[in-house]
Amino acid sequence: MTGLFVLAIYLGIFIAAYFIVTKVVQRATMKDYTSLKTVTFGDESAVRPNRWAGIISILTLFLIWGMFTGSSLLPKFLHAPGAYVGTLEFTYTAEADGERDDGTVTVVVFPRETETAAPDVEPGDGFAKNDSSAIAQWRTGLVRVDKNDEITKKDGAKVVAINGQAILPGETVQIENGAVTLSDKGTPNVAPYRGWQMEPLYLPPPEQVWSRTLTVLSDGFRSFTLFEHLGYSLFRVVAGFLLGALVGIPLGYAMGLSNWFRGWFDPIVEFMRPVPPLALIPLVIIWFGIGETGKIILLFLAALWIMAIAARSGVSGVNISKVHAAYSLGASKWQIMRHVIMPNSLPEIFTGARVAMGVCWGTVVAAELVAAEQGAGMMIMVASRFQNTDIVILGIILIGVIGFGIDMLMRWAERLLVPWKGKG
Amino acid sequence: MSGLSLQDISMRFDLPNGGSVQALENVSLDLKPGELMSVLGPSGCGKTTLLNILAGFLAQTSGRLELNDHEITGPDAERGMVFQKGALFEWMSVRDNVGFGPSMKGMPKNDKTEIVNHLLDVVGLQEFKEKAVYELSGGMQQRVALARCLANDPDVILMDEPLGALDALTREKMQSLVLKLWKETGKTIILITHSVEEALLLGERLIVMAPRPGRIHKEYRLPFAELGVGADLREVKKHPDFAVKRDEILNMIWDMEEEIMGRTEEAS
Repeated sequence: MTGLFVLAIYLGIFIAAYFIVTKVVQRATMKDYTSLKTVTFGDESAVRPNRWAGIISILTLFLIWGMFTGSSLLPKFLHAPGAYVGTLEFTYTAEADGERDDGTVTVVVFPRETETAAPDVEPGDGFAKNDSSAIAQWRTGLVRVDKNDEITKKDGAKVVAINGQAILPGETVQIENGAVTLSDKGTPNVAPYRGWQMEPLYLPPPEQVWSRTLTVLSDGFRSFTLFEHLGYSLFRVVAGFLLGALVGIPLGYAMGLSNWFRGWFDPIVEFMRPVPPLALIPLVIIWFGIGETGKIILLFLAALWIMAIAARSGVSGVNISKVHAAYSLGASKWQIMRHVIMPNSLPEIFTGARVAMGVCWGTVVAAELVAAEQGAGMMIMVASRFQNTDIVILGIILIGVIGFGIDMLMRWAERLLVPWKGKG
Repeated sequence: MSGLSLQDISMRFDLPNGGSVQALENVSLDLKPGELMSVLGPSGCGKTTLLNILAGFLAQTSGRLELNDHEITGPDAERGMVFQKGALFEWMSVRDNVGFGPSMKGMPKNDKTEIVNHLLDVVGLQEFKEKAVYELSGGMQQRVALARCLANDPDVILMDEPLGALDALTREKMQSLVLKLWKETGKTIILITHSVEEALLLGERLIVMAPRPGRIHKEYRLPFAELGVGADLREVKKHPDFAVKRDEILNMIWDMEEEIMGRTEEAS
């Protein structure tokens, strides 16, 4: 239900922003060549990301996050209705030996961080005495109304009505700011209004994640600093990837240049390629334990096949005319390797390296989730065990940012080192 | 005997389905140093196969192939190759492409620079020498390919439809350039083409090949290449003999194509 509401808000902002930005703000845009194209639907080259849409999209995510977590960064009127905090009151009617009597129940609903005791109340008259109880926000609580009564449940007393409305076990009566359900055994269960906001346990507000980031930055997490955790993950990725490239690229070249190598390694490479590295984690842990060796070997295996296949297709992608031309210009085999095959396969190898780095980053996080003493994956796994959802979210954001950063770095290196890509 | 000599070159290879193809049958030719020969023929007549054998990329199944009294057994810098397209090294600048052959030989830097600069002048690309080859137009790229081949000072230059991918205007300019380079360098040049006019213009000798099996069908000796050196090629084409030869050869190839069509229809 809340999910649908969130979706509706999201769609609403999407559509409203579209109309405001395209019809109002962007009336006078730059008149470049692409803007003069009349056929844009179906012409992918005419589709350029709208910067406004990008900014609004990210702001919307934070807005919705803030709205449904009661973030202090947002003005109060934007918050989705929160879970009730305050005092509830309802009356119950007990029946015993054909007699009825009313009692009042006072329930204090306290914010989770400030535990409050049940208030003292006057017992009142009749055989059903007044009761009180304290329930944390978002929680429900049974109120044993008969406990202090003169005739208890054991003696045959029964709750028959809440706020004057008749009730049977299993039925619910709405009261102000909540609801009361009679349990199967006849005890009222009070459920204060939960509102539409997420509990911090499930989704902490942005500022809590931010302040936790600062604490983790200064105090570290599990005896390692944040940078050590991320550094360990990155180190494993880089070490595993480099080893994989070091072995995989020559292997791929050999497969692209020799019948024997191709025949020998094709079945192995083609078999190992579709095996997801994650499936190797248990075996790697059994063989090498949970230390660095096992992780680096796992990442080595993740990168190896990708790099071997990239190098192999780099070799087979060489236009045969280039090789023929080089031979006719007097180049030796080694010179052809060095001056034709290697530069010609670099674009393919870079593409493979980008894929391999992505796979390695995903694999290292997964491997650390399973078992590790430090690392980004270990951080979120341990944090989730201790219900530190803010650290889990922090970790997810950092893993995403680093993965994105790695890809950007690889693209940048590619543009710098192989400017001839796709120009052959 | 110096020059290029082909004696009874045949080439036959098996197909995976059990059949076999006679790509060339008893091709014999002698080329003196400095001769310019063009090769014409319908598709499948084995002209590219012949060129690849001459370059040393393929082995003939019988016959003997000699250049300046030694046998040809593989690719070598003495036989330069110019391809239709895609043979330039796009990771190198124009200058490095042209200097590739000398670099592979380990020529001293000064000598290499001199050769490269001279050839860039000849083909008119001096001001583009720092550019990457993919920044050049198709015609300029073929100029680079010609210069790269000449930088190695080969005895024979083999051209596999070098102008096939160019537009008509650029093509005409490049034909003049090829004639000029032929005359200035005195190289033996064998040029494969699909265009009858180009074959007439760029061949002192012209051989027409016939398909299945690939063989030499007819050989001509023509005056047009000599006339075309340094002259307007459009004027050469107005030569009365030019149109006659063109129509004769066109009809010849037309008939061959018809015959192939007929045979395929019979077979099916």
